[in-house]
Amino acid sequence: MPATPPSKARTKAPSPASQRTISLSLNGTATVIAVTDPNQPLLYVLRNQLGLTGAKFGCGKGQCGACTILIDNEPARACQTPIAAVADKRVTTIEGLGSVKAPHPVQAAFIAEQAAQCGYCATGMVMSSVALLARIPKPSLDEAKRALSGNLCRCGTHQRILRAVMRASGSAQP
Amino acid sequence: MTAALSRRDLLRTGGVLLVGFALPASALATPSSVPRAKTVDTTEVDGFLAIHQDGSVTIFCGKVDLGQGLRIAIRQMAAEELGIGVERIAMIEGDTLLTPDQGPTVGSTGVMKGGVQIRQAAATARQALIRLAAERQDLPADQVDIVDGEVRPRSGEGRSFGIGDLVGEAGFNLKLDPKAPLRPPASYRVVGKPLPRPDVPAKITGRHVYVHDFTLPGMLHGRVIRPPSVGATLTSVDEASVRPVKGARVIRLRDFLAVVAETEWDAVRAAGLLKAQWSDSAPLMGHAAVRDAMKAGPFVGRDTLVNTGDVAGALEDSDAKVLRAEYFWPVQSHASMGPSCAVAEVKGGSATIWTASQATHRFRPAFAAMLGLPVDRVRLIYLDGSGCYGMNGHDDAAADAALLAKATGKPVRVQWSREDELGWDPKGPPQLLALEGALGSDGQVTGWRTEMWLPKATAGLPNVPLLAPQSAGIGQPMGLITGLINQNGDPPYAVPAVEVTVNWLADAPLRPSNIRAPGKIANTFAVEGFFDELCVASGLDSLFGRLRLLRDIRAIKALTRAAALMSWRPRPAPNPIPGIGRGIAYVHYKHSETYVAIAMEVAVDRDSGKITPRRVVCSHDCGLVINPDALKLQIEGAIIQTLSRTLLEEVAFDAKAVTSTDWASYPILGFADIPEIMVDLIDQPDLPPLGGGEAAATPVPAALANAVFDACGARLRTAPFTPDRVKAALPPPA
Ligand code: FES
Ligand code: FES
Repeated sequence: MPATPPSKARTKAPSPASQRTISLSLNGTATVIAVTDPNQPLLYVLRNQLGLTGAKFGCGKGQCGACTILIDNEPARACQTPIAAVADKRVTTIEGLGSVKAPHPVQAAFIAEQAAQCGYCATGMVMSSVALLARIPKPSLDEAKRALSGNLCRCGTHQRILRAVMRASGSAQP
Repeated sequence: MTAALSRRDLLRTGGVLLVGFALPASALATPSSVPRAKTVDTTEVDGFLAIHQDGSVTIFCGKVDLGQGLRIAIRQMAAEELGIGVERIAMIEGDTLLTPDQGPTVGSTGVMKGGVQIRQAAATARQALIRLAAERQDLPADQVDIVDGEVRPRSGEGRSFGIGDLVGEAGFNLKLDPKAPLRPPASYRVVGKPLPRPDVPAKITGRHVYVHDFTLPGMLHGRVIRPPSVGATLTSVDEASVRPVKGARVIRLRDFLAVVAETEWDAVRAAGLLKAQWSDSAPLMGHAAVRDAMKAGPFVGRDTLVNTGDVAGALEDSDAKVLRAEYFWPVQSHASMGPSCAVAEVKGGSATIWTASQATHRFRPAFAAMLGLPVDRVRLIYLDGSGCYGMNGHDDAAADAALLAKATGKPVRVQWSREDELGWDPKGPPQLLALEGALGSDGQVTGWRTEMWLPKATAGLPNVPLLAPQSAGIGQPMGLITGLINQNGDPPYAVPAVEVTVNWLADAPLRPSNIRAPGKIANTFAVEGFFDELCVASGLDSLFGRLRLLRDIRAIKALTRAAALMSWRPRPAPNPIPGIGRGIAYVHYKHSETYVAIAMEVAVDRDSGKITPRRVVCSHDCGLVINPDALKLQIEGAIIQTLSRTLLEEVAFDAKAVTSTDWASYPILGFADIPEIMVDLIDQPDLPPLGGGEAAATPVPAALANAVFDACGARLRTAPFTPDRVKAALPPPA
């Protein structure tokens, strides 16, 4: 399954324009966000308003996965998610998983496999992999490929990324 | 707030911006201090490195890490000579104020030229440190060495000095000695080790600061509105149309049209609302017409690149069997994952531009001219971007930001859209090759002719002409940049008569630039695909057909190792068991650099025409290997990216503009089609290090085409290898 299709977030009815703030759980912390435009994609709010620049702008069209985050533990495209749609939701970004000094196990596997070249796709890859492993703790190689099919990489890091997913799952690496 | 933290960190030194490692938590040292009046002279040791009092070292590197691993490889090369660990070295890349101009990061020259130059500076420094320590204790210099950052008597008796104690912050004041002895490879402790790349943890945890993430106080967000067709002029702008967005402003400089706003989302909205009228323009031929147009001209010259033996005689010999074929490679995009981005500030008669350029030094004069500033008042600072593989949109985005920063007097960030990037990045040019080969009665190749049709690069043109000054009516040198696209057009085999000519086209269908392994991918596709056709025509196994015409032991080694890893059994193609095929292709990059052999196994579905690459083996000899793990990843990346270019990619355009402007209309290879890849490094510790970023890309299309032929008898000579092309090339079922 590719990550959540963009339509899922979009079909949420936008909040009334009069609403000036929304509350959500962001990386485990209750957070109130000032909303200037309920249609503003979450990606811009994360990157520009909250300083969480780990999610990347790759296409703004739901085609590449560089902006992948988790909403209620499901992968979603932050570029296709209006800010109003995450009211009262649990949002996890790459920064909420781990840090350089204390990486999340999936991040540790990516680091061990050196699974980034330019790394522009990397955070989206990690988020999609975390979602996959939460759903299927020991995916087959084909399941991993399918779960990551909505994440593009131009540098050709795919084999390393697949190895990282397998390493994180405790399976033999391809 | 990570971004704020990073920015503070980036800016904390005030006048001197240090960006080697933006994050304190990074695995390697952060530069501690840098002399302000630092030399950037390439003949001075101090141009390239500084040794600090605590024994840590900062390297100043004119080349940049685009994701290819220079950040670790160059540290390893310097660390080895200096006798320290890589964790003691910080590295500043591509900052025109602080780094020497080592040329652009192109052509696989990062290690081969950039790293080698820095290694020599470190070797010179090592000699100086040894001299200083030897003098202090009255020992002959050959009795002293640097180990673990300390200069010690080899005997183990007597004083040792930290390298930071011997040289003050004033530096070495020493000319780089091109003859300073290097440590012997047999003694290497750091070079050749698969050390992890220092930037990976921050990239994986979302803390790495890309140019896309960089902000300045008071910064505006800009979006440039490109015309609906190439060459259109702006006839009118309705500035009131952006009024619904508070604070948004329209900036117009002749045909350069942009909006700026305080937030990125406001800039996006304003760009969407802006109403503008453009003139009609339809200057392009459309992608379907490119191939025929290449033979039609107009031409600006014709060159003979190779001419040995009696080619005409061989091809006209009535006993010879003569094969002829044409190979075509389409216009392609760099198709970077992140659309280009840059930040610029122009104030007080100087400009600073934060850019992901591969060529900060090279573009500096162009930016100075565009802004009307002296070159020494313009500083370009490299920050990582989304990977580029040749000049993508980064330099154009930087020019956009610089023009807007000048126009507004504020720092401006310009972020391109997906459509901007695929629509307007300068493109890899198309290539057309016609080949003729003569087989003697014994199956030997007796003569070979390659005729090429290629756009001609403009002699002496400093850089790809930029969109912003062009649309703003600011003069700049115009012409074409392509990279060296005419190399490797002749077979790397002992053929007694070879002729290679090129017909130079006056123009390219879309603005061209260098794209990974410029020209050599298409040329090797043609040469190695056609060579396979000759093997098939003479009933020869295609590995044997190659080996018997090779003399160079490094070539033979690469081919035989790749074949062995693919369990190659000699037999002619096509495979008697249809549907599965294997192919092999070989290159000696530029006939002077890296040796690569690629063997590939594919499955081809006759009904759908779909090609599935299953296994790729690459034997790769680029001389001394600095970091085998980083090198392997580069090679894997080159293979996957070139599979994508070969199977899927062609820029579509009509008379007005590029129409393949998103990932649906310009698809790239995804996880489903990633084959198993095995990289076999042939280390040559006693030979110079060569390039690792490009060479492995070049045999990929031919290895694939040869494998497809083996699987189903369809000979593919036009990229991309679409299912329709496969089906059209299939021989009728027997
Ligand atoms: S940026 Fe969101 S999917 Fe590409
Ligand atoms: S590592 Fe560069 S796009 Fe994936």
